[in-house]
Amino acid sequence: MINKGDNITKDVAIGGKQIEAPHETKPVLRREEFLLNMGPQHPSTHGVLRVVLDLEGERIVKATPDLGYLHRGVEKLCELETYNQIIPMTDRLDYVCSMTNNYAFVRAVEKLLQLQIPERAEYIRTLVAEMMRISGHLFWLGTQALDVGAMTVFFFTFREREEILDMFEELCGARLTMTYYRIGGIDRDLTPKIIDRLKKFIKEFPKKIKEYNTLLEHNRIWISRTKDVAVISGEDAINFGLTGPPLRGSGVNYDIRKAEPYGVYDRLDWEVPLGKNGDTYDRYWIRILEMIQSARMIEQCLEKLPSGPILASSPMVTLPKKNLVMSDMESLIHHFLVASKGFDAPKGEVYCGTEVPKGELGFYIYSTGGNRPYRLKIRPPSFIHMGAFDYMARGYMISDIITIFGTYDIVMGECDR
Amino acid sequence: MHPDPQKIKEAFPQIVQEAQIGLGELTLFIVKEGIVSLCRYLHDDSEMQFNHITDICSLDFPEDEERFEVVYHFYSIPKNHRIRVKTRVSEEECSLDSITSIWKGANFMEREVYDMMGIRFEHHPDLRRIMMPEDFEGHPLRKDFPTEGRGWRNTFEFLPNNS
Repeated sequence: MINKGDNITKDVAIGGKQIEAPHETKPVLRREEFLLNMGPQHPSTHGVLRVVLDLEGERIVKATPDLGYLHRGVEKLCELETYNQIIPMTDRLDYVCSMTNNYAFVRAVEKLLQLQIPERAEYIRTLVAEMMRISGHLFWLGTQALDVGAMTVFFFTFREREEILDMFEELCGARLTMTYYRIGGIDRDLTPKIIDRLKKFIKEFPKKIKEYNTLLEHNRIWISRTKDVAVISGEDAINFGLTGPPLRGSGVNYDIRKAEPYGVYDRLDWEVPLGKNGDTYDRYWIRILEMIQSARMIEQCLEKLPSGPILASSPMVTLPKKNLVMSDMESLIHHFLVASKGFDAPKGEVYCGTEVPKGELGFYIYSTGGNRPYRLKIRPPSFIHMGAFDYMARGYMISDIITIFGTYDIVMGECDR
Repeated sequence: MHPDPQKIKEAFPQIVQEAQIGLGELTLFIVKEGIVSLCRYLHDDSEMQFNHITDICSLDFPEDEERFEVVYHFYSIPKNHRIRVKTRVSEEECSLDSITSIWKGANFMEREVYDMMGIRFEHHPDLRRIMMPEDFEGHPLRKDFPTEGRGWRNTFEFLPNNS
């Protein structure tokens, strides 16, 4: 190996043959590209993601993502399950925000069935989706700050996230894979205890966001590692198919909740935060502002929450009430039929996109009329965002790779499916 | 929301075979040779402006002569409308032209279709498997791919032999 400053004066052996070295003594600068495998077990890759980095010194020449380490064939499995049985499988996609996956899936099935959802269920669905968004963004903020080196933020955000998870536990009995949404409504109603707890949380939450910003806003390390890092213009972001905060961080006003409103989003007063520079710092602000907007929406949902049923009255599709199943034979038979045989969906195909914390999560269902989908395609935002990874990472330093992973808020369960 | 299908049919009478509207969604059935020219039009035309690629996926109908169906979903941010474009390919001529020259985001999506269904995309800059390992045989989303695998697990020496 010849290094900078070495003198090439000695004879060197090449292929076992001695050749004479040039007589002149010249310093030789070593210039060669270096290949580095990052992951799949690196703690900062947020799961099993491997990236092959071509480096020139510490600068990235090319970053090739290698996906599939967590591929579980979810789409193939969905072809074997009834529509109701697929709901728990969607929890395992983005396991950080499992309920938003449920929401995206049940909306697609409801569009196929043309099912009307009761008013109260719509309010609760929207409210819970926004709680999940806060939870997802808190998770992102804590881990991104931790990756950059700011540990306190991680403890602070997880403190609030824990509070939300406790409420979810009270709501549906689970903390990670919650399976709360149902085709036609939701599983359980809000209890007065949860409503009180949520009101208290929403009141306190703006102060907590100030706390996070106090730690980060003027933090020189945070700013220098996020400002002007992984910049992508609005035009390029659209062309790559980015959605969610990575797209809005580049100033593109596209949010499905506004463009194609669902739930009760069109009945609430809220705004879509937009960035300017399209860098990691802007995406951080987008998520902070989104949490504030989510808190606003939850507050309005609680104020306007109407009374009424939480599940559509469609006996062929929806399950009967739990207490009736335990006491009434007809309800027990009804429950058994829906749970074991499912329901026959009409022939047709449907695409339904939902705005989840990471971007647009879409479900494409092709039905040939049976009780299970002929084909179910998931459009995961994390996977699409990884398509722009090489473009966004080129030219930056190797240490920036960590923040570029983080800026997408990727979850490999969703990316690899 | 969707654009006027008649305008697209008039612009490409040789390419567009059929236009269907179901559940408020517009689906165009086209011949596979016209995919790039139609997509270029959908992207560039001032009334279409489908600047955002949503997804590409594929379906398998083993009984049909043209076995595979490739499904494209596009969205227009300025116009707020969606479109679905479908085309069929046979098992013998299992290839299509790539649209990565129009939408860069199509790169990963086409790789996934190639990996899972085995449909090749000509002129793709980097057509490799994306989910499965490079030496994996078969395409898992084809209907004739067995759901319990092909028995490779039984050949692993480190697993106890249950047979």
